Amino acid sequence: MSDSFDVVIVGSGPGGYVTAIRAAQLGMKVAIVERELLGGICLNWGCIPTKALLKSGELYEQLDHLDDYGLAVEKRSFDFKKVVERSRKVSAQLNAGVTFLMKKHKIEVVMGVARLEKGQGAPSVVVGSRLLSAKNVIIATGARARTLPGLGLEPDGDRVWTYREALVPKSAPKTLIVIGSGAIGIEFASFFRALGAEVTVLETLPRILPVEDEEVSKAAQKAFEKRGLKFRVAANVKKLTKTKLGVAVEIEDGGRTEVLEAEVAIVAVGIVGNVEDLGLEALGVKIERTHIVTDKNGATGVPGLYAIGDVAGPPWLAHKASHEGVHCIEFIAGLTSINIESPIPGCTYSTPQIASVGLTEQQAREKGREPKVGRFPFRVNGKAIAAGETEGFVKTIFDGKTGALIGAHMIGAEVTEMIQGFALAMTLEATEADLHATVFPHPTMSEAMHEASLDAYGMVLHV
Amino acid sequence: MSIDILMPALSPTMEEGTLAKWHVKQGDMVKSGDVIAEIETDKATMEVEAVDEGVVQEILVAEGTEGVKVNAPIARLSGDDAAVTIAPAPKSETKLDAGSGSAPAPSAARVATPTSDSKPDGRQRIFASPLARRIAEQKGLDLASLSGSGPHGRIVRADVEAARPGQLGAPVAAPGSPAQVASNAGVEQRRVQSLEQQGIPAGSYDLIPLDGMRKTVARRMTESFRDIPHFPLSIDLEIDALLAARTKINALLATSGGKISVNDMVIKAAAVALMQVPQANASYTPEGIAMHHHADIAMAVAVPGGLITPIIRSADTKGLAAIAAEAKDLAERARTKRLKPEEFQGGTFSISNLGMFGIKSFASIVNEPQGAILSVGVGEKRPVVRGSELAIATVMSVTLTCDHRVVDGATGARFLAAFKLLIEDPITMII
Repeated sequence: MSDSFDVVIVGSGPGGYVTAIRAAQLGMKVAIVERELLGGICLNWGCIPTKALLKSGELYEQLDHLDDYGLAVEKRSFDFKKVVERSRKVSAQLNAGVTFLMKKHKIEVVMGVARLEKGQGAPSVVVGSRLLSAKNVIIATGARARTLPGLGLEPDGDRVWTYREALVPKSAPKTLIVIGSGAIGIEFASFFRALGAEVTVLETLPRILPVEDEEVSKAAQKAFEKRGLKFRVAANVKKLTKTKLGVAVEIEDGGRTEVLEAEVAIVAVGIVGNVEDLGLEALGVKIERTHIVTDKNGATGVPGLYAIGDVAGPPWLAHKASHEGVHCIEFIAGLTSINIESPIPGCTYSTPQIASVGLTEQQAREKGREPKVGRFPFRVNGKAIAAGETEGFVKTIFDGKTGALIGAHMIGAEVTEMIQGFALAMTLEATEADLHATVFPHPTMSEAMHEASLDAYGMVLHV
Repeated sequence: MSIDILMPALSPTMEEGTLAKWHVKQGDMVKSGDVIAEIETDKATMEVEAVDEGVVQEILVAEGTEGVKVNAPIARLSGDDAAVTIAPAPKSETKLDAGSGSAPAPSAARVATPTSDSKPDGRQRIFASPLARRIAEQKGLDLASLSGSGPHGRIVRADVEAARPGQLGAPVAAPGSPAQVASNAGVEQRRVQSLEQQGIPAGSYDLIPLDGMRKTVARRMTESFRDIPHFPLSIDLEIDALLAARTKINALLATSGGKISVNDMVIKAAAVALMQVPQANASYTPEGIAMHHHADIAMAVAVPGGLITPIIRSADTKGLAAIAAEAKDLAERARTKRLKPEEFQGGTFSISNLGMFGIKSFASIVNEPQGAILSVGVGEKRPVVRGSELAIATVMSVTLTCDHRVVDGATGARFLAAFKLLIEDPITMII
């Protein structure tokens, strides 16, 4: 077996494995190193298994509203073990899919922990007893949950969880505290609430989902509270201690100290890059706050060494990692690559869902874009009314001077499936005129996207 | 079914050309591979061959027309099923107004336009994003004057935003106001006042139209001289040993009919010196310094109406006889405009020799993206001081013009030192 490659990729998440496939398409000899499971966090411990759990939760919760639709069910119940099993099966299926894709593209999968050493030109990659030499090395090692041991915020496998433990609990907690209201925290809060848990979400900042548009944050909190979720915003976690029954979390809220108790706590206070034990320091790779510093092509400054995805900085999203990886390998191949500046949408798969792309209204104002803002609520959208999904709205933001679509924000049912329309429009540099000229099918919830675009210019039809 | 024959792109950067000659006329039967026309660009003349079979229905662009945009239809061929009957000529609007060089049509670099995208008025569709169109409109920019960096050469926001006011192809502001066209996109547009306004009356001179080569030389040299921080380094070389070696070599080559010139030896020495000082064989790019693996030496050749720089590839790996033969062939074909685009595009280092005109020394303009250009003067007997004695030696002065972004003073000096050693002791070239 020859151990010299055109490119060696360290990490097989959605950044690494997609890059490997693209590299193979470009005729390169490719090896990919993985220490645990092909597909990385995304499809084993992240995006995918959580979606499986959330679907179970959503269906179960909907049973509560069957009467609205003229339906009835004798007695609803769930088997938590089976819910988790299904989620694991979904991951296993996709993991096998990645294995197949690697085989199909003749990509050599090297299982083990990688360490980089100075090589001739690009660094060499040591995995166990093997020394892989390559013309280029791409680090795609991803990230993991941030823990704060000083405050007691670290998983114990029992009562304190990160996303990882939260995906495979033995039973569903009756009471739960979620620390952090980003996408990960909100999704777990939404899921366990759907199964009936008393859930309190803590957020240090003054609003939940802090990266979203402020209006969306507010609407989301309202919608979640209607489902029985509780929130404590602008609340600083001082300490987490374990009690006989579970956990006690001490918070400081406006100068007052308070203690909240629950069976379980989920720590979702951000992520840190997986930069340790790779030998990066010795190579002189620049690392800032656990992330590798790169240029827009992923180059680290060390000859032949690139980094993409979560480990190379925000936004920490699977599709951003794939996009960067493809750009990086095409750059290495000397191709004129896809536009690395394409806007990156973000999605939260709670009930209701949240999706956004581009600037928030506030960011647009701060950047002096004199935004024209449009809104349209689902409560007056025909399809939404028929489906009983009237929660939420669409908000569009256009540049006041040029009419370019610069941001879009949505909350409601299946908005995560709709946001790509706005992402496409922004990537193609659409203006309000193009969105106004686009015909949206009736009856669909997507008509709200059209109406919100019209509303920004005072031309909304159905309000 | 009729087929349009489009103006071909002879090189990736070609935007327009002159339709020099038609080899066919209306009604002629052509088959695939037949030479139908000759196209002249700034650098070369090339023959156009028919790809399809059929009868020439109509010649759309007359012989001698300049500024024909790439992909514009130049003739119409009746296809298989209509091979015998010549269809009536289509409406004249479909003809490209090729006579006007400033006709707003897109460049080849950004559209590979199928004919079906031609608008009824014969203008080709310009691919631009909605936002790019909007901003161009607001800034008064003519999209036809821009080239696109988006997918398939589409003009996107960044292209329009990067366009400086000086690049206005057709400023909308104040038509008719005097001297409003202060544009510097092309040199010919930089002229603010007419010659007449500057006191040179019309009729007191003949005006030779700018051909493609003149326009390219003007644009490239203006951009290089204006945008590249350049500086010259000069050095004197004693070439008596070189001349003696040349005599010897030529005596050896006499039987085979080969002959090497001083210039061939300069090319070889420069290539070897570039290998010894690779920092001088480099190009500046925004992404980094490109260190070239080989010395591809471009040699300036004067041709009627301008100059062209054919390239001796990997001159560092070639022997003197090979370089001499290649240089001779390239120079001859350059003078008859028969070079292929790949023979004069690229190159990592240039040499310009005006010694034959008796020029003692001069500093050429950097040939972007190359890092340096060597200007070679005449070899002449000059007094030199050896120790404290005055002596006579054949001396040649050379000047290296460097792009300071990539070749610093010390780098250029090290190159010239290596070059001097090779020229003054030519046997070292073969090590």
